[in-house]
Amino acid sequence: MNTKPHQRKVYWNEPTMTWWERVYLFEILRGLGITGGVFLRNMWRWTTGRKGALTTYYPEETRADYAAGNRGKHILTQRPDGTPQCIACNMCATVCPAQVIEIDAAFDPDDPAHPKSPSRFEIDYSRCVFCGLCVEACPEDAIRMVKEVPELPSADREHMWLRMDELLTWNPQSDVAKPYPPKGGTVKTRGNA
Amino acid sequence: MIQDLVIYAAYIGYALAVLLTFGTVLTWVERKQAAVMSDRIGANRAYIRIPFTQYRMIWLGLFHGIADGLKMLLKEDWKPQSYDWYAYAVAPWVVFTPVLLVFAVIPFGGTLDPAKLFSDLPAVSAWFGDRTYPMQIARLDAGLLIVFAFGGMSIIGTMLAGWSSSNKFSMLGAVRAGSQMISYELIMGLTVLGLILIYGTVDLTGIVQQQSSTLLGFLPAWGVFHQPFAATLFLAAAIAENKRIPFDLPEAESELIAGFYTEYSAMKMGLFMFAEFIEIAIVAALFTTLFLGGYNLPFMTDAGFVFPGDHVVPMSHGAVVVTQMVVFLAKVLAIASFQILIRWSLPRFRYDQVLSFAWKFMLPLTLVNLTVTAVLAWSFHG
Repeated sequence: MNTKPHQRKVYWNEPTMTWWERVYLFEILRGLGITGGVFLRNMWRWTTGRKGALTTYYPEETRADYAAGNRGKHILTQRPDGTPQCIACNMCATVCPAQVIEIDAAFDPDDPAHPKSPSRFEIDYSRCVFCGLCVEACPEDAIRMVKEVPELPSADREHMWLRMDELLTWNPQSDVAKPYPPKGGTVKTRGNA
Repeated sequence: MIQDLVIYAAYIGYALAVLLTFGTVLTWVERKQAAVMSDRIGANRAYIRIPFTQYRMIWLGLFHGIADGLKMLLKEDWKPQSYDWYAYAVAPWVVFTPVLLVFAVIPFGGTLDPAKLFSDLPAVSAWFGDRTYPMQIARLDAGLLIVFAFGGMSIIGTMLAGWSSSNKFSMLGAVRAGSQMISYELIMGLTVLGLILIYGTVDLTGIVQQQSSTLLGFLPAWGVFHQPFAATLFLAAAIAENKRIPFDLPEAESELIAGFYTEYSAMKMGLFMFAEFIEIAIVAALFTTLFLGGYNLPFMTDAGFVFPGDHVVPMSHGAVVVTQMVVFLAKVLAIASFQILIRWSLPRFRYDQVLSFAWKFMLPLTLVNLTVTAVLAWSFHG
């Protein structure tokens, strides 16, 4: 039986410490100085009415620095008259890997250019995977994703559905993707209007 | 005699109130300080809504401690099918009670003279007569020894908890706790020996009273200036004794789940946590008493402030008593906050490092410190 005490293996990249670091007490003091300094700096910021933290009070506060390409939540684009650009073709609902989009179509015989429109367009955010495939599938550029995140925190699963009233709140002054809606333009319709 | 009963009942009530408040508030301080240290906000969601209004008292998340306590009380008290249910049930109390008892010998203020305090009420004043009371629950000659005696008792509790849980993690945690606490208690005792040599007493009131003068005319004669090495070593050993990071090997959650209280749930587990937080306050109170002059402020006497150059600011007895109690609490809070700073700054030791740190590093240092102190004390005082 081997009675020698256990020898710890020496690794090739064994950290080498100077004498100063091996004493440890001074390095502890340096570390405490760093953390204590951060504490005092943040406390000074809090007491002078500024914010001493990097975090945000979600959901009361939302971050202003989401990346431009962040897939935060869906919006439905609108025609100049405010109706959704969606034609209820169900392509987004078909491509959706999580199967969270539900669309009911409505028929409007008075508008032959866009006879189909959604009467109900709902997305279940409790299951949405934010992949953005619905945006790519849309032939009408009717659904997009914006960087802001939806207000999801709630005690109730029902509140995690986004419905048309919220999806249709996106009204930009100018749209970078296409110059639409035109300023002062009129509603163009095809056919016998 | 009934006067003594009244005064000491008030002292005991005060001590219990202070300790339990510290135990609750320190959980909040720990959360908030850790958050501010790491650029976060900290827990701030628990609130009490004033009934019939929509006003929510959030108060910087101060009520999270109450929410925690309620959660612990209302949770299922799950018990393992341990082979020693009695030891299992008794262990949290064996840990918790000595921690409270230690405070009995710690002086939290100077001398209370009820006759002076109630000089506006002649009846009360006459009833108390010329009785004076040191502000300490039990003035024992063996004060410091009592501290160590009670401190040693909590080892039994952790060992009982680990043994009776019949869980290998608990058992490992208990073994670690036992060896670690015994090692560091030795060091705590040896560091304090130097102070005993200087002050010539183990009576904590006597130790504090000797710290009320000044050194070299400007330094307060606090133990930390007499024994700076001992102060550092004592604080390190006391944190190790309290089993907190960087010495939290007995409950190292990444290795042992929760160590010796793995199998405890609900308020039994809460008692262990509560004892840990109260012990932060106890360690801070001990450090304050031994090394930071207890309730003393520099140049403060029982009659008020006496600055050099015979500049005297007289104070009434009531003001002196309140100032001394507040000064003591402020020092305790500062040291507790420093312990929390250490806890959130340093990484955990490896277990062999903990023990070799105690026996190969701190023990020789304390012995050297003790020898030098003994030689100096002998050469000065003969």
